[in-house]
Amino acid sequence: MSAPVDLRHVSKSFLGPGGIDTTVLTDVSLAVPSGGVTCIIGASGCGKSTLLRIIGGLERDYSGEASVGGRPIVGAGLDRGLVFQDHRLVPWMTVADNVAFALHRLSPTERRARVEAQLDLVGLTTSADAYPDQLSGGMAQRVALARALSHDPQVLLLDEPFGALDALTRLRMQDEVLRLRAARNVTMIVVTHDIEEAIYLGDQVVVLSDRPGRVVARMEVELPRPRDRADPVFVALRREIHHRFFTHH
Amino acid sequence: MSYAARLALPVALLAIWQIVTSIGWVEPFLMPSPLRVAETLYQLIASGQLLRHVGASFLRVSQGFSIAATTAFAIGLAMAVFPPVTRLADLLIQVLKPIPPIAWIPLAILWFGIGEQAKVFIIVLGAFFPILVSTVEALRQVDRRFVELARVLEVGRGDFVRKILIPSALPQIMTGLRLGFAYSWMCVVAAELIAASKGLGYLIMDGRELSQVDLVLAGMLTLGVVGKLSDDGLRVVERRLIRWRTTFAGY
Ligand SMILES: Nc1ncnc2c1ncn2[C@@H]1O[C@H](COP(=O)(O)OP(=O)(O)OP(=O)(O)O)[C@@H](O)[C@H]1O
Ligand SMILES: [Mg+2]
Repeated sequence: MSAPVDLRHVSKSFLGPGGIDTTVLTDVSLAVPSGGVTCIIGASGCGKSTLLRIIGGLERDYSGEASVGGRPIVGAGLDRGLVFQDHRLVPWMTVADNVAFALHRLSPTERRARVEAQLDLVGLTTSADAYPDQLSGGMAQRVALARALSHDPQVLLLDEPFGALDALTRLRMQDEVLRLRAARNVTMIVVTHDIEEAIYLGDQVVVLSDRPGRVVARMEVELPRPRDRADPVFVALRREIHHRFFTHH
Repeated sequence: MSYAARLALPVALLAIWQIVTSIGWVEPFLMPSPLRVAETLYQLIASGQLLRHVGASFLRVSQGFSIAATTAFAIGLAMAVFPPVTRLADLLIQVLKPIPPIAWIPLAILWFGIGEQAKVFIIVLGAFFPILVSTVEALRQVDRRFVELARVLEVGRGDFVRKILIPSALPQIMTGLRLGFAYSWMCVVAAELIAASKGLGYLIMDGRELSQVDLVLAGMLTLGVVGKLSDDGLRVVERRLIRWRTTFAGY
């Protein structure tokens, strides 16, 4: 079986002001194994979101080949779930309606049942009728997760999903994501700029260089779960990534 | 703000008005006292005349406004969803829009006579453009992020229009509707001033012809009150439709 997500020599540039092309990604090749968590880390502006948007089918004009489930990416689609850097809940829809928005292919009865199951999965049954403005940041991001998983995607793409959350909520959300991954057995790609988060979540960690982003390292993390952040192997790996890629001499 | 505070300024103005007229600073035939106006108003209400005039104007306004609102909304939506419609209609709209509805009155009378149709026609013209323009503007300003979300979720066009496009534009469309409603009242009065046998505009014109300024003022005051009340009504509708939004109430 082909890898759920396969990128070959993907490059992307944007037309900047004054008609000047800025290259954002160069020659990124990446195979994401089925069922695992792949974390992509890199400095701000190195093209992480752009890479994820290419996989999500939201960016079109790139060079190289990108495929999901063995088929070339032609656009966005329900085979991929996307959790944006902002939670992107629709403010005029209740929590339940936000989740239901992804389920337009189901019959009303099935949809209601699925919404309920999804909210139950992230522990937000009691907030079904709340509007996004009434949620805390962590709750909103959990609804976004519930929505992205609701349509049973093959691949879940998460773009710094916890970037806006406080440190404690962040730790809890990381476990939440791992729990959801186990429950749904979905392949995940998580973009982050937090080395510790990448090692905690990832089966593999892919490091991108500063802009224009290219893959400078790919590491397997073979620590058993649940992982201990104080484990010597964990700490050593964190230090290694930090020294090799994020310390400027 | 408490009701007393809201009433303070109008009451003070009334008091000044009363004092200025009762000490004889202004000629009563130019500006009667507020008490005189109140008396006239009372008589108009008691005789049922005021209700008849308000009713006539209100009927015209609601007919004209409903026609304008539905067509402007439908055309605006079509323009936002299907770009070719915009290309087709844009120039025409831009040229028709600046023509004041009052300038249409001669043509309206020529076409429809001085009956109800002419007045409704003027109202439709007056309310149509503010509603159309705000609808199109509002729909175009839909947040790109939600358009992207809809694409990611493969949401169909119908769902997108109903669940993203229209709700996102609703606050601004409501503002346009309220503006269109205010324009409808302006237009009905303008049309009635020129040719009518009932309605608030007629009442005002009648007062002028009889040199009864109290009648003129009573008509104007009624217009103000009716306009405020109908705007209040639309605000209630607006709040119901836009429950999710917390409005800014001062800093
Ligand atoms: N639509 C666009 N048009 C022009 N330039 C863009 C566009 N989208 C992104 N860029 C540029 O591409 C570069 C990479 O952006 P991207 O959002 O992928 O970075 P990132 O790695 O996700 O950063 P961060 O960690 O801050 O989110 C940035 O320099 C950005 O200015
Ligand atoms: Mg980003």
